[in-house]
Amino acid sequence: MLNVDHLSKTFNPGTVNEKLALDDVCLHLAPGDFATVIGGNGAGKSTLLNCVAGVYRQDQGSIRVNGMMLDRLPEYKRARHLGRVFQDPLMGTAADMEIEENLALALRRGKRRTLAWGVTPQERERYHGMLKSLGLGLEDRMSQKVGLLSGGQRQALTLLMATIGTPKVLLLDEHAAALDPKTARKVMELSNQFIKDMGLTCLMVTHNMRHAIQYGNRLIMMSQGRVILDAAGEEKQKLTVEGLIQRFSQQRSDEVMNDRMLLG
Amino acid sequence: MEQVLLGALSLGLLWSIMALGVYITYRILNIADLTVEGTLTLGAAVTAQMIYAGQSPFLGMMLSFGAGLLAGLATGLLHTKLKIPALLSGILTMIALYSINLRVMGKANLSLLRLGTAYTVIGEWLGLDKTWAVIAAGAVMSLALVFILYWFFGTELGSAIRATGNNPNMVRAQGIHTDTTVILGLMVSNGLVALSGSLIAQSQNYADVQMGVGAIVIGLASLIIGEVLFARNNFLSRLLSMILGAVSYRIIIALVLRLGMPADDLKLFTALTVVVALFLPRLKEMRDTARHVTKGSHHAER
Repeated sequence: MLNVDHLSKTFNPGTVNEKLALDDVCLHLAPGDFATVIGGNGAGKSTLLNCVAGVYRQDQGSIRVNGMMLDRLPEYKRARHLGRVFQDPLMGTAADMEIEENLALALRRGKRRTLAWGVTPQERERYHGMLKSLGLGLEDRMSQKVGLLSGGQRQALTLLMATIGTPKVLLLDEHAAALDPKTARKVMELSNQFIKDMGLTCLMVTHNMRHAIQYGNRLIMMSQGRVILDAAGEEKQKLTVEGLIQRFSQQRSDEVMNDRMLLG
Repeated sequence: MEQVLLGALSLGLLWSIMALGVYITYRILNIADLTVEGTLTLGAAVTAQMIYAGQSPFLGMMLSFGAGLLAGLATGLLHTKLKIPALLSGILTMIALYSINLRVMGKANLSLLRLGTAYTVIGEWLGLDKTWAVIAAGAVMSLALVFILYWFFGTELGSAIRATGNNPNMVRAQGIHTDTTVILGLMVSNGLVALSGSLIAQSQNYADVQMGVGAIVIGLASLIIGEVLFARNNFLSRLLSMILGAVSYRIIIALVLRLGMPADDLKLFTALTVVVALFLPRLKEMRDTARHVTKGSHHAER
């Protein structure tokens, strides 16, 4: 469903701040795959997601969704195929607009915006049902401004908006990282439930190793712009936090070794 | 005194259309658009030249609106396609319009005395004198525009424009090209401002290349006065408050002039009004924080 081939991206090329963020990354997700992506700061996790979403243009490589080439499409045109939830709960919604207006904007993702009325009564009923399924009581506050909601509520709403038209690929960018543990768990449970119920293909970046192990059927570890582990099925189920940390530090010591060799 | 207030009312109604335009950019798109200083004059110039050429003033008003749309398009393209900051894009178009306005009028000042304006036609229809014809036309136009804008910003397209001012990232993630929505907003805004300029020129019987100077500050003053004094927490009331704000501003100006303030100090007075009005919310914030801090220390003592 998602095919990333030989993707490379360098930020600030030719300057002292040059940073190789993605180094020949290949990643293939089958329909219904739920892959979690972990890695240290600067490993390239978010860059990968942002390249798929079209926020950044890659230097090399190609990105296909459902066989369709996305490379030349700008961000807003890729949105038709993608659902996105961001790390910052404020990023995914329009604060000065009502809950139902936000949902209505998402429902029309990939469609032409016309002079038809922005929210129809039939939609409202549908939104009521969807909001009820979140179990946050938002169904009774549909005409309230989103700015009045808490971070967790906004993130749950963004999740609803991201999945509303059954996107081909769902991109979750550390979407529970800015929330308190209890709310984070709730948002993760909701995400998992949506992905399972709708059979979505999902790429989820996370800092939380336990989340990465607990959720999804694949785990991808990145370091220095490369995929260094891609565990699926049984191999993933056997993974433990300790095991991951070990692999992580092993990778780190290799890097140190490399640096030593270079300096030595 | 009655004449003074009626004059303020009529002028306020005509300028309220400009305030609606400023509301679209300043509040909805979150852009301070200086194009309007040139667009107001552009609207006046186009209509004045049309009337001068013996054409219908109503055709002139439509052309003025169209010219305003184009001015907004110019600023929008500079900002979105050439990535020039919004403030500078507006200034560039404004400066360019100064020359264009001179071209349109052929000189710096075009008199419409003894020529038929929209108000003469309306006055004849309704049997009103000039003052009341202006008030009737201004009231009908501004109210009609409020309802048209209310409808427009409730549509799918209008919602997309509102969301763009709020959170462009989210808008792109929902498949909307933010360049398009920004350009559209700037166009509608400047179209309204040009229409306002057209109506103002006809009521004062001349168009002048300088008449747009300071227009943005007058628009902002009307906007803030309207919001503070009249707006409730819904969109329709905010739009309506632009009319009330523009009229209030004119009444305030008429009163301070009456109390003896020299007309030359008018722009200084307006600028200071806007400074104070913009500072008020911040002042309130600072006071609230100070209160919290003192409260906090009391708790600590206990």
